[in-house]
Amino acid sequence: MPRSRRFAIGQPLAPRPRLVLTLLSFLAPLLAWGLVSYVPWIWHPLIRVGSPGDVAWFQPGLLVERRVFAEENAKAVAAGGHAANGTRANPIFLPAPHEVGQAFYTAFHTKPLLRGDLWLHESLALSIKTIFWGFLLSSLFGVPLGILCGAYAPISRFAEPVIDFVRYMPAPAFGALAVAVLGIYDAPKVAIIFIGTFFQQVLVIANTVRRHDPALIEAAQTLGASPRRLLLRVIVPSCIVDLYNDQRILLGWAWTYLIVAEVVGVSSGITFFINQQAKYRNFDNVYAAIIIIGVIGLATDQLLALIGRQLFPWKHTRPSRLSLLLGRLSVGRATAAPSSPPASP
Amino acid sequence: MTAPSSPGLPDYRAQSPAVAERFRKLQERPVVLEIEHLGRQFPGQAGPVTALRDISLKIHRRELVCVIGPSGCGKSTLIRIIAGLDDPSTGRMLVDGKETSGPCPERGMVFQGYTLFPWLSVKRNIMFGLEMGGMARDQADAEARQWIDLVGLTKFANNYPHQLSGGMKQRVAIARALAPNPRVLLMDEPFGALDAQTRAQMQAHLLEIWRNVDVTILFITHDLDEAIFLADRIVVLKAHPGEVQEIIEVPVPRPRHLSQVTSPEFLATRRRLDELIHPRDVHAPVEKLPIVRLTQAGDDVE
Ligand SMILES: Nc1ncnc2c1ncn2[C@@H]1O[C@H](COP(=O)(O)OP(=O)(O)OP(=O)(O)O)[C@@H](O)[C@H]1O
Ligand SMILES: [Mg+2]
Repeated sequence: MPRSRRFAIGQPLAPRPRLVLTLLSFLAPLLAWGLVSYVPWIWHPLIRVGSPGDVAWFQPGLLVERRVFAEENAKAVAAGGHAANGTRANPIFLPAPHEVGQAFYTAFHTKPLLRGDLWLHESLALSIKTIFWGFLLSSLFGVPLGILCGAYAPISRFAEPVIDFVRYMPAPAFGALAVAVLGIYDAPKVAIIFIGTFFQQVLVIANTVRRHDPALIEAAQTLGASPRRLLLRVIVPSCIVDLYNDQRILLGWAWTYLIVAEVVGVSSGITFFINQQAKYRNFDNVYAAIIIIGVIGLATDQLLALIGRQLFPWKHTRPSRLSLLLGRLSVGRATAAPSSPPASP
Repeated sequence: MTAPSSPGLPDYRAQSPAVAERFRKLQERPVVLEIEHLGRQFPGQAGPVTALRDISLKIHRRELVCVIGPSGCGKSTLIRIIAGLDDPSTGRMLVDGKETSGPCPERGMVFQGYTLFPWLSVKRNIMFGLEMGGMARDQADAEARQWIDLVGLTKFANNYPHQLSGGMKQRVAIARALAPNPRVLLMDEPFGALDAQTRAQMQAHLLEIWRNVDVTILFITHDLDEAIFLADRIVVLKAHPGEVQEIIEVPVPRPRHLSQVTSPEFLATRRRLDELIHPRDVHAPVEKLPIVRLTQAGDDVE
């Protein structure tokens, strides 16, 4: 593809550049991180002491500022002693990629120091559980209410102004209240996720439903659809794909409330793990845990996207690979599933 | 009004004995759709705008009536009122002699924009009206298949609308509107978005379907030839306000065929429609647009 076409507005990318750009999207920050970590003359504001020489308070492995290191050495030499030597290093809160890479393994195998503390995988499971319940409860109420608001003007007028008002109140502000009402364990955390998601959810879903195509409603009416059936047989299916994608975005939203939710009451889950590891200055474990949250989020979203493609076949001209495969399996030895026949008038 | 004498062409009101006989029989059939003194006003910034005024019309069973008129004369408004999607300001509407209002499957509608349900396959689209009418799923399925065969889309029963061409989509829309067995089929410029060749095919298709199905058709178009080719009668509207200008009985005999386009009856009717729709003197100088020359001297196309 010529360069000019690649930057044409609204043009989809060919599969290869797509893949390359996706990889670059992750590789570029990784490369920057690697440069800062491995190239000694980029940043590296500290010196890790090798042999302390005659500087009294230096010890092997100690991190000191470059300026201090030079001053102490000058003093030691002036006093007729040996200068200390050392290598340039980054602060402890910036571990190198390979250290964080190892931490992905070691974090899962680091025995909790205190009794009662949880392993990383247990912390993660707890966090996922909190998100799951918070988001499920929010969706159970938020999605139907949003659909009703989008479809019926009176319900929208009644519900949306106050929801619009509440959504500006930051969810963490309800933390103390949630603890007072729901105790200190899991319930207030689920409540924070709920509060953080629900109000946005109603408004987002209502907006999507309001964008339905009125021509389809009219067509259904001339075919004899009753008002109640219009809602379930026309309005909802006509926006179902957008609603599904809204839910994907809102789920990401719920994750952003996790850290606040988990410090409410008894600190728990992945947040507790991160805080503990930061306290022990295991910053490689901290990064690993943060990256794992990102990986879980991205993986869930991709999985939901894949499921969406199976659920809404009318959105895609080409059958997806999975459906082709399933089709082939179900047909047995028959050749590939029939592609759509060429359209002709 | 008198028709201007035009050399070589008969009067558009002259009917051959066969055509006259057909119209006599047609008028003996019961009236399916009747509208009486229908009017519609829309609120506008400078007072109410009258889109339709005092429209009265009787359509007999299995008649095919076309409505034509200049853009903005209220054709869509009229058909939407008949479909029950809009309410008239004055007047009333009767179907089989009973006054009605509101949308109802007895008045099926085909829209210019297809309006197929994108999440349903061709077959499920056609089943929609049947299911809304309370028919069981498997019976609706069987009936939808017959309609699919009738509009020649057997191979596409399980395709989704986005996989079809414009002409095919419109055939599905016609089948979908006809499936619940309406008394009247309303069509608002259904072929307006199709290319000339597909359009001609669809016109032939529609006549074929109409021959085989007990349905009365009210068809809106702005294409004069289309109106003559399809219609028994043509209702000519004029704009501002939308009023009936003339109702023409088309003298072209049935069954219709494309070769009739050059027949004297067809041409005479066409001439009359041209007079009604474009009444301005053709010899009047064309108004010059105040366009500044934007090309270089000597770089002329004409
Ligand atoms: N909802 C509305 N509100 C206000 N005015 C309207 C409305 N709908 C139609 N009108 C007016 O009524 C008149 C008739 O409109 P209509 O769409 O019925 O014309 P039409 O004959 O179908 O035109 P076209 O051939 O361009 O489709 C127009 O002047 C239009 O401005
Ligand atoms: Mg119109």
